[in-house]
Amino acid sequence: MSAVPLSWYLILSAILFVLGVAGFLYRRNLITMFMSIELMLNAVNLSFVAFSYQFQRVDGHIYTFFVMVVAAAEAAVGLAIILTVFNNRGSLQVDDVDSLKH
Amino acid sequence: MDAFLFFLFAAIAVVCGINLVVQTHPISSALSLIGVMGALAVLYLLLGAEFIAAVQVVVYAGAIMVLFVFVIMLLNAGAEQPSNKSRLAHALGLPLLAALLGVLSYLIQRALPHSPRVIFGSFTKGTAREVGRSLFTEYLLPFEVISVLVLIAILGAVVLARKEID
Repeated sequence: MSAVPLSWYLILSAILFVLGVAGFLYRRNLITMFMSIELMLNAVNLSFVAFSYQFQRVDGHIYTFFVMVVAAAEAAVGLAIILTVFNNRGSLQVDDVDSLKH
Repeated sequence: MDAFLFFLFAAIAVVCGINLVVQTHPISSALSLIGVMGALAVLYLLLGAEFIAAVQVVVYAGAIMVLFVFVIMLLNAGAEQPSNKSRLAHALGLPLLAALLGVLSYLIQRALPHSPRVIFGSFTKGTAREVGRSLFTEYLLPFEVISVLVLIAILGAVVLARKEID
């Protein structure tokens, strides 16, 4: 056997997505949670590229490109928000950011 | 050879992904995420997406992760304190995530029982020429809209991160 089926790429994508969900749920650090979101976006990108191979079309690559642009914009704004939270609270623990609960 | 490369880099991606979740220090998580992105770039190449593989390395592993590492160092973020808010959620989390993975894998296998084998070189439309042609003809409007989005994001980041000087 010299080549793997396409569905294995999709299963790898599912594994990475679940790992991203696990990181988002278990970690309590704002930056680590943010990186878990990036991991989920990467997993979905792998699915897009795999389906692009399956249908022999270039559209999946375009979607991946757009996801990357949105991720870059999201990272810039999100990290600016994290900077502001840290300047106001002096902490990166997500448990400390609970003003809306009280 | 294709299968060997797939297993090698899939294993690197999964191990780095697990390391991202397990580590408590953000800088270790960031370096693991760079490992995942590098491994994914090789998998994109195997799938024939050369342009996307290059963009993955340059934009994701290069620009976005440099931004992350820069913020981690700027804030001098240390290891996180463990939180003990909910024991039940902590205990139920892993089985439910395993169930989610099981359901996803089952659905993939059921939807694609005889998926084609991935042979390196059989998909040749992933070059910068093909992607660029599609981007500037079929997807011209989304491309222009997303450039406005990036402009708004730049302005938002500057406004949010600005220190009041007065």
